[in-house]
Amino acid sequence: MPPLVFSVFTFTATQNSIPTMPTFLRYARLKLQNWPDILFRVITRISAFSVLILLAAIIVSLIIGSLPAIKAFGFNFLSSTEWDPVTDQFGALVPIVGTLVTAGIALVIAVPVSFGIALFLTELSPRWLRRPLGVAVELLAGIPSIIYGMWGLFVFAPLFGDYVEPWINSHIGSMPLIGPFFSGPPMGIGILTAGIILAIMVIPFIASVMRDVFEVVPALLKESAYGLGATTWEVMWNVVLPYTKIGVVGGIMLGLGRALGETMAVTFVIGNAHSLNASLLMPGNSISSALANEFNEAVGELYTSALIELGLILFFITFVVLTLARFMLYKLAKREGKVA
Amino acid sequence: MTKFNTLLKSIGLATALMTAGSAFATDITGAGATFPYPIYAKWAEAYKAKTGVGMNYQSIGSGGGIKQIVAKTVDFGASDMPLTPEALAKDGLMQFPAVMGGVVPVINVNGIEAGQLKLDGKVLAEIYLGKITKWNDPAIVALNAGAKLPDEAITVVHRSDGSGTTFIFTNYLSKVSTDWKSTVGEGTAVSWKVGTGGKGNEGVASYVQRIKNSIGYVEYAYALQNKMNHTQMQNREGQFVKPDDTSFKAAAAGADWEHAPGFYELLTNEPGKASWPITGATFILMHKVQDKPESAHAVLSFFDWAYSNGSEMAAALDYVPMPEKVQKLVRAAWKKEIKGGDGKAVWK
Repeated sequence: MPPLVFSVFTFTATQNSIPTMPTFLRYARLKLQNWPDILFRVITRISAFSVLILLAAIIVSLIIGSLPAIKAFGFNFLSSTEWDPVTDQFGALVPIVGTLVTAGIALVIAVPVSFGIALFLTELSPRWLRRPLGVAVELLAGIPSIIYGMWGLFVFAPLFGDYVEPWINSHIGSMPLIGPFFSGPPMGIGILTAGIILAIMVIPFIASVMRDVFEVVPALLKESAYGLGATTWEVMWNVVLPYTKIGVVGGIMLGLGRALGETMAVTFVIGNAHSLNASLLMPGNSISSALANEFNEAVGELYTSALIELGLILFFITFVVLTLARFMLYKLAKREGKVA
Repeated sequence: MTKFNTLLKSIGLATALMTAGSAFATDITGAGATFPYPIYAKWAEAYKAKTGVGMNYQSIGSGGGIKQIVAKTVDFGASDMPLTPEALAKDGLMQFPAVMGGVVPVINVNGIEAGQLKLDGKVLAEIYLGKITKWNDPAIVALNAGAKLPDEAITVVHRSDGSGTTFIFTNYLSKVSTDWKSTVGEGTAVSWKVGTGGKGNEGVASYVQRIKNSIGYVEYAYALQNKMNHTQMQNREGQFVKPDDTSFKAAAAGADWEHAPGFYELLTNEPGKASWPITGATFILMHKVQDKPESAHAVLSFFDWAYSNGSEMAAALDYVPMPEKVQKLVRAAWKKEIKGGDGKAVWK
């Protein structure tokens, strides 16, 4: 054991500082007294850096894997809707649009609902109901996605196709402007169904983060507002939400991240068709479900490579979304600083 | 510290034991197609009970199976799509058919009794091309005099994942429709013109059962197990046939295996009055020159046993065993083509 510790020690010393005499002495004393501390520090540092190394390794291997497709199609890959394994013609537009649209639908539904759940749990719910409801929301987050997929296909899609979609068709489908987005055969599966299932899946994530941050709002702030005669809604909207907006945006981003990458549940209900339709009722495809469907049986270099490039694009989209979220939070914080 | 050392030692010992265990094992390893997995698993179980030799088969898909056997990580690969003689020669492989199955169109149309709808290849191709869009299209009515066909749009269902089933289906459509051949072609995955994709046979089966006025295609076994409404097909001789093991066997018997180099034989649109037109075999791939002749021999013994004793098990799972005539040809090919590093035949 001791030799190992020694080598670890030298590693830290050279990394941390210019090896001058006093520093060395300091480390020597540390070595005698605190070598478990040093060991611990080195181990945690390695763990932290290994995340970065892994990230870099994933990006590099994705890029290497997708080189043949990048060479063959260039930027055309991003704008082409063609996906023909027989003639080796590939384009990513259909899955990219499918991924973004389903995640968008999911957020449009999930954010208000989650806000409502969190508001009820922190402000309105009777005390005895808070715990069971809160636990139920957290339990929802723990259900494996394949269960959502199967439930979506066997329970939700039939009901949706038989009762909801015909109604959507006849009431919204004939409206000007938004009509074309809501008309099509009522099959029960398609982009809209996938978006709704995704919404159900991300609600527990967003709702539990929102509830947690709402709970840390100081009672002093809220009670001052109530004392001034504010209604519950005014307290939520003007006091709680501004106080917690960083946490709220963080929760939404967590949900968005999950919605963008979700695979199994989407694969079950999105319809898996490589075609671009204006209508949300028509089947489409998402990046992750295209990968799940086709990677196993992809024969030939270009086909595999095109699928890996899809993975790279998903990686990039997620990265951009997270960066944007960070940037937004940074802007928010900065503006607040100026106002104050 | 001592505790930690003991732990380390015991881990080391355990690892050593595990490696030794796998080194001495005589189990056969294979990987590939998902379609024959149930029957391979069944055969493996019975074979292990009888001989003590186990078979470890990973159903990772035909594409994966081909990659694994080329990389020599498994003793045999399995593919639903036969490799062309050129592709076989390139990687030094040989292939032989293991078992057969049929692909059947399944429908969900109100007012049509199970097994009553009649289709021919041309109509089927036009439905999948999106040219025939209604169930009461004159072309369908002409084949089904007297049937009550609804004035409803057809919803087409296909596979979303790459699949040997899709290969057999699209190969058939390419043979019967020049339009299909030039616009879509054949393959384990193709660029579908219309429709929705279901993942796996079970995905297509559940979509068709769910969506009214839909049509899909699944392995015969799935149609049977899910009690789905399958269609009759008109075969090359102009006869309408029902999918069952008799019509699949008829298709296999009509095939000219003797003159098919590398057993590259697709059983679609075969001659014979009773032949089901969308039949296919699933194939085993092996290296011609074996680094480990003893494991190659173990693989061949397994399939030899399966040919001789596995027919009933295959039939029970709704697969169709290879006809005896074909088995003889396969055994002859083993003798001729699979050799050890020393040039001696592995199978005698």
